[in-house]
Amino acid sequence: MSRHGNGHGSLGAYFAVFTALMVFTALTVWAAYQHLGIWNTPLALAIATSKAVMVALIFMHLRSSPKLTAIIVATSVLFLGFLILVTASDYLTRTWVPIYFR
Amino acid sequence: MTNSNAPPARHPGANYLNSSYGVRSWLLTSDHKRIAIMYLIGVTVFFAIGGLAAALIRLELLTPAGDVFQAETYNKIFTTHGIMMVFFFMIPGIPAVLGNFLVPLMIGAKDLAFPRINLLSWYLYIVGGLIALWAVVHGGLDTGWTFYTPYSTVYSNGWVVVTAVGIFIAGFSSILTGLNFLVTIHTMRAPGMGWTRMPLFCWGMYAASIIQILGTPVVAITILLVGAERLFHLGIFDPAQGGDPVLFQHLFWFYSHPAVYIMILPAMAVISELVTAFSRKPIFGYKFIAGSSIAIAVLSFLVWGHHMFVSGQSVYAGLVFSVLSFLVAIPSAIKVFNWTTTLYKGSVSYQTPLLYALGFIGLFTFGGLTGLFLACLGLDIHVHDTYFIVAHFHYIMVGGTIMAYLGGLHYWWPKISGKMYPEYWSRVSAWVIFIGFNLTFFPQFIVGYLGMPRRYHAYPEEFQVLNVMSTAGASILGIGYLIPLVYFIWSMRYGQDAVDNPWGATGLEWETPSPPPTENFPETPAVTGKAYDYLTGREEAAVG
Amino acid sequence: MADATHAAAPGAPPELRHHFVDMEAQKEASALGMWIFLVTEVLFFGGMFTAYVIYRASYTRAFEGASNLLDLRLGAFNTVVLIVSSLTMALAVWAGQQGRKSLIVLFLLLTILLGSTFLGVKVIEYRQKFVHHEVPGPHFVVPLDEETHQPLPRQSEMFFSLYFCMTGLHALHMIIGIGLLLWLVARARRGEFTPRYNTPVDMVGLYWHFVDIVWIFLFPLLYLLGRHAL
Repeated sequence: MSRHGNGHGSLGAYFAVFTALMVFTALTVWAAYQHLGIWNTPLALAIATSKAVMVALIFMHLRSSPKLTAIIVATSVLFLGFLILVTASDYLTRTWVPIYFR
Repeated sequence: MTNSNAPPARHPGANYLNSSYGVRSWLLTSDHKRIAIMYLIGVTVFFAIGGLAAALIRLELLTPAGDVFQAETYNKIFTTHGIMMVFFFMIPGIPAVLGNFLVPLMIGAKDLAFPRINLLSWYLYIVGGLIALWAVVHGGLDTGWTFYTPYSTVYSNGWVVVTAVGIFIAGFSSILTGLNFLVTIHTMRAPGMGWTRMPLFCWGMYAASIIQILGTPVVAITILLVGAERLFHLGIFDPAQGGDPVLFQHLFWFYSHPAVYIMILPAMAVISELVTAFSRKPIFGYKFIAGSSIAIAVLSFLVWGHHMFVSGQSVYAGLVFSVLSFLVAIPSAIKVFNWTTTLYKGSVSYQTPLLYALGFIGLFTFGGLTGLFLACLGLDIHVHDTYFIVAHFHYIMVGGTIMAYLGGLHYWWPKISGKMYPEYWSRVSAWVIFIGFNLTFFPQFIVGYLGMPRRYHAYPEEFQVLNVMSTAGASILGIGYLIPLVYFIWSMRYGQDAVDNPWGATGLEWETPSPPPTENFPETPAVTGKAYDYLTGREEAAVG
Repeated sequence: MADATHAAAPGAPPELRHHFVDMEAQKEASALGMWIFLVTEVLFFGGMFTAYVIYRASYTRAFEGASNLLDLRLGAFNTVVLIVSSLTMALAVWAGQQGRKSLIVLFLLLTILLGSTFLGVKVIEYRQKFVHHEVPGPHFVVPLDEETHQPLPRQSEMFFSLYFCMTGLHALHMIIGIGLLLWLVARARRGEFTPRYNTPVDMVGLYWHFVDIVWIFLFPLLYLLGRHAL
């Protein structure tokens, strides 16, 4: 059975998440200008993922939804991961030469 | 109409077919059974168009020279054949016809979870098909159903964007059907029907629906990008503008390989039902078959690179895809063993549906084994883009899926139409199809291994004998498909009336009248027994 | 639709569809259906994210340089606008659960206003691109780097192809979302949403939040990736 939010209790959570989202947005803009080498992108993605998770859990009521919903969400992320990572692995290994050809 | 909890009063013989009349009552229906019939008509029409294209291909290939059609025309013909068959027959096929009709009945529900979305699905399918057909009629497309770039995005003179739009819309139809099945199976099973009491047909639909949900959107965005690139010269897949054609292939095959499992999983689901019904035994290894269906659905997403062994993908990626492609054969093999074990020492009755099931098991196994050859990187380099590949996938799709579709159609025809088909002619056509099929496609393995490439309107003279055999087989196969078309239609008027359970099979669908009333079950049934409960002997063998 | 056997059971709420056992089952099915639909959207946008990842890795300099040509203030403003719209949408859902008609309408209208603002800003941004010939295709002119004023690598065109496709598809989803919101406003004004039945608001809310999540990823990937080089 799904219970989507429960009235009064969730209002505070909504405003808390809203504030956090604003802070994280400012943070990601600030972090973009810092010279972090290869860590710029992972940091930006980590911040974006945190924002997305907050929106999903609180605004989209994933926190109070049946477990099946979370499994469904996780599955979509997993398969998107397959698509991106396996495709990327082709490009990343284009210059790998099998040992018997060296 | 009713003012109590009693089932609605209706006169005997009221069913979903005669509950209301008129075209509007069909075109605006929300009844899953009527929508299934409308899909049946649609897929049959598109199958006929794709089949006509196949006939033209085989006509050209009677002679080594390209003397019937010009090269570009021939390209348009095989493209039409591929697109019509893949997107408008095979992918919708069993799910939209048999799945739509049976899933609610099998789980004891009154309809799917979203009946109006089901109807929308049908309209999207028809609109998409008509758009693709418009492109065919106005000059066609010559890129192959695979749309490889940059030919499709820059150089082709065919109706790329229009066809892409038609396929895109049909893809939406596919997604909505899958969505409907997933929600229905999760939320609308009758009380007492746990996951392990559900018919294996529903497990197969469930697994295929997972693939439809996860895979179809990727091909949707890919062909959207192909269309955008063609219209706006974006260069996403065009090397001249920094694009990578291999990226297109990755995105395309990420869906298109799982797509073939959308085609085979429902077929396997049908076979599971047929084998157990005609052995009169509970199926061997229910949980393994159910688990294999899910395993196939997941693994199917990890093997797409085996279509790209010669495209320039890295050796490492080729190696990984090769290994995974071997692995994906395992759950399929498990199913074949379970089916044959079910038949072993069963009380086997060689009715027409079982003939098709046996044909499936043999031909699918054969075609599947050749798939292992192709998973082998070195071998695939030799036979890629030859008729060996063509034979491989036709063994699975035609020898497999279409046989299962026909078997299922025969098995459930009494339930769907309330009539029996003529047994003699159904056996004749099963044999004609089997012989015609093998004569068509077995020579193609040979000729492909010897080096005849696919998608060419001409070929070296030494291949002619085998090609003539193949065309002869295709003619026989075509006749074999026409016979059921005729007698199914004939049976609707003149066929023997069917009883509720002509096969004496288990399953909630057989506990409804033939044909069922619109609401399926006057009261929601409660399920107390296991699936395929043949050994308690509670059902009678009826007229068969 | 003309089947007479779909008579509602006595005492059943009018919103209960005949094939569901009760409202709870109907709501559960609706939510599951919407989440599965959002899964398809993840994979739909995901195809373009894949292309982005591959080309960004292949043409890093070109992408970073081209990214700096996007107006960060407008992008950040739009991000804030969408976050606020997510809040107003969540509040609309909350009001829907209480059946408070005027609040539902208010929050829906605010969400529509914010969404429209987002789209207006996108129009401004797109116009700027057209004016500066930064639109891929036959009229593309390789732009100059922000800092060095040297021409960027030719593959900067690829960045703009992905920029237009990804933000364009996102904007299309926003338009559809606004359409859905307008439909909800019409239904809310007719008093159709009660504590017993507010599923449509809930479902459109899920969709709207998802579209926001897509932008949460688009913003850093498109606007921010080259700023550290400045």
